[in-house]
Amino acid sequence: MSSPVATQPSSQPSPPGAGAPAAPARQQRSLVSRVLARPEVGALAAAIAVFLFFYAAAPTFRSLPAASTYLYASATIGIVAVGVALLMIGGEFDLSAGVAVTTAALTAAMLCYQLSLNVWVGVVVSLVVALAIGFLNGWLVVRTGIPSFLVTLSTFFVLQGLNLGVTRLITGAVATPNINQLDGFDSARAVFASDVNLGLITLNITILWWALFVAVGTWVLLRTRVGNWIFASGGNEASARAVGVPVRKVKIGLFMAVGFLAWFLGMHLLMNFSTVQAGIGVGNEFVYIIAAVVGGALLTGGYGSAVGSALGALIFGMTTQGIVFAGWDPNWFRTFLGVMLLLAVLVNLYVKNYAARRK
Amino acid sequence: MTDTIAEHAARDLHKGEPLVEMDGVGKAYGAIRALEDVNLTVNAGEVTCVLGDNGAGKSTLIKIISGLHPHSEGTLRVDGKERHFSSPRESLDTGIATVYQDLAVVGLMEVWRNFFLGSEIRKGNYPLAPLDIKAMREIADTELQKMGIHVKDINQPIGTLSGGQRQCVAIARAVYFGARVLILDEPTAALGVKQSGVVLKYTAAARDAGLGVVFITHNPHHAYMVGDHFVILKLGRRVLDKKRSEVTLEELTAEMAGGQELAELSHELKR
Repeated sequence: MSSPVATQPSSQPSPPGAGAPAAPARQQRSLVSRVLARPEVGALAAAIAVFLFFYAAAPTFRSLPAASTYLYASATIGIVAVGVALLMIGGEFDLSAGVAVTTAALTAAMLCYQLSLNVWVGVVVSLVVALAIGFLNGWLVVRTGIPSFLVTLSTFFVLQGLNLGVTRLITGAVATPNINQLDGFDSARAVFASDVNLGLITLNITILWWALFVAVGTWVLLRTRVGNWIFASGGNEASARAVGVPVRKVKIGLFMAVGFLAWFLGMHLLMNFSTVQAGIGVGNEFVYIIAAVVGGALLTGGYGSAVGSALGALIFGMTTQGIVFAGWDPNWFRTFLGVMLLLAVLVNLYVKNYAARRK
Repeated sequence: MTDTIAEHAARDLHKGEPLVEMDGVGKAYGAIRALEDVNLTVNAGEVTCVLGDNGAGKSTLIKIISGLHPHSEGTLRVDGKERHFSSPRESLDTGIATVYQDLAVVGLMEVWRNFFLGSEIRKGNYPLAPLDIKAMREIADTELQKMGIHVKDINQPIGTLSGGQRQCVAIARAVYFGARVLILDEPTAALGVKQSGVVLKYTAAARDAGLGVVFITHNPHHAYMVGDHFVILKLGRRVLDKKRSEVTLEELTAEMAGGQELAELSHELKR
């Protein structure tokens, strides 16, 4: 047996010497170590695994139209998930995002139909409403210090009730009347819900919007001052405040960003179907959060990525559609979702410990 | 490293000139008086040590100077002008930088992002202007090198550094951004002997560069190594306020340990 002692004579790392007289040799961390420290690594691996799984299991999953289908399903989750991920990095939750989508769509639909207005008026007014909901959530959280989980849970119930109650009151039914005869509907549909032919593949325009929002989210997070502030607000609120970061404004802004994206998805749903069911959207808030968490966002804040939320949404979209393509019972979907979430949280925990370990 | 700090220290500092003066300052949280009638002067090029047990009012004192909570009585003057800070930003803008014991940095963020947090360099002055990441990395790297803080990789999360290093990065950052008054909140409390030594050397270096330093601690040994003036707080009141020439380490230690109270207690418990 060789002695284990003398096997590594020169690779002894120099101690991290704050007071060491000579500068220890500077070294870059290895590529593997830097890649593993990215928040979206786990989600990327999972997305590839899910893709390969359905690629093998369902022949119809392999076609380009199928790709268009699951990308669309992913986009309808991913758009709001970008905002929810940024908000979670900033250290807060939004449980009202799912029903806020419906509120925005209902506002636009009923306002336009009842007053026979141009659809774009409804689009703008519902944007104001959605931003106001976001602002109110954020303002209540930073003013009262009540956890955002509770504040937005209240907003969730309030909006859910309003969606049903007001719709019933105005239309006498639980769905809005069809608005596709109103002025401006066609142009609004072109912006929010048209199909775009890219030669090889025809995609719903929401997929392109989703890609744009992910790109903007990533840019903001990694390349701007606001991004720095978002990470700091979620990572350590008190020290961020102490060095002059306007934590409150950052948080309110994040809630409003979620409001904006919820509005966008609401407009898509309205223009796509030209009518809105008042009860939809309930439960989606968790789907957005799951997409963000699967994508590497920490529940405790300060860590995560916009690309990760997109991968989380993609996993979600591929699974919902893949189960259909494979001809399986879709009831299993929720079970899959729960397992996925648990695995993601375990991976994130590992990654966080890895990143925070002293080297 | 003294030279590096001197290089960045504000030019208009003259040793012995009062930077922060507190006169009869007090703070009440509702019916609870956390601090009352505190007089404190922070001079340029001197270290003012504030000592006290838990709950003595040290944290309240810092919060008033650093703008987290405004004072409710007395006057606070910075550079001779009366001030009433209502946000940390206001305090920072007058050149007062606070380095908190456990809040100095955001652990999961890279070293260079922490160094520039709140004072980022941007390539333009419009909303969402891109950060000048290359410049920030280089500046943070050279500044830390010059000050003798050796990090393996400027891109590593700051949580991977040792406690002493983190504290030093926070102090280096404050000095780099032109702090005139440095408030150190229990900088050595969670550190080992060697790491404490590094932080104390930094404190002395900042003092020699002409900064006014408020050193908050409950360790009289650490305080006596760097201090020029000592204030001991107990239950929100001053119980000792002396220059270095007027006090010995034994006196400080005895007073911190409880002074008269302790003597009575030991008499009472005598066996």
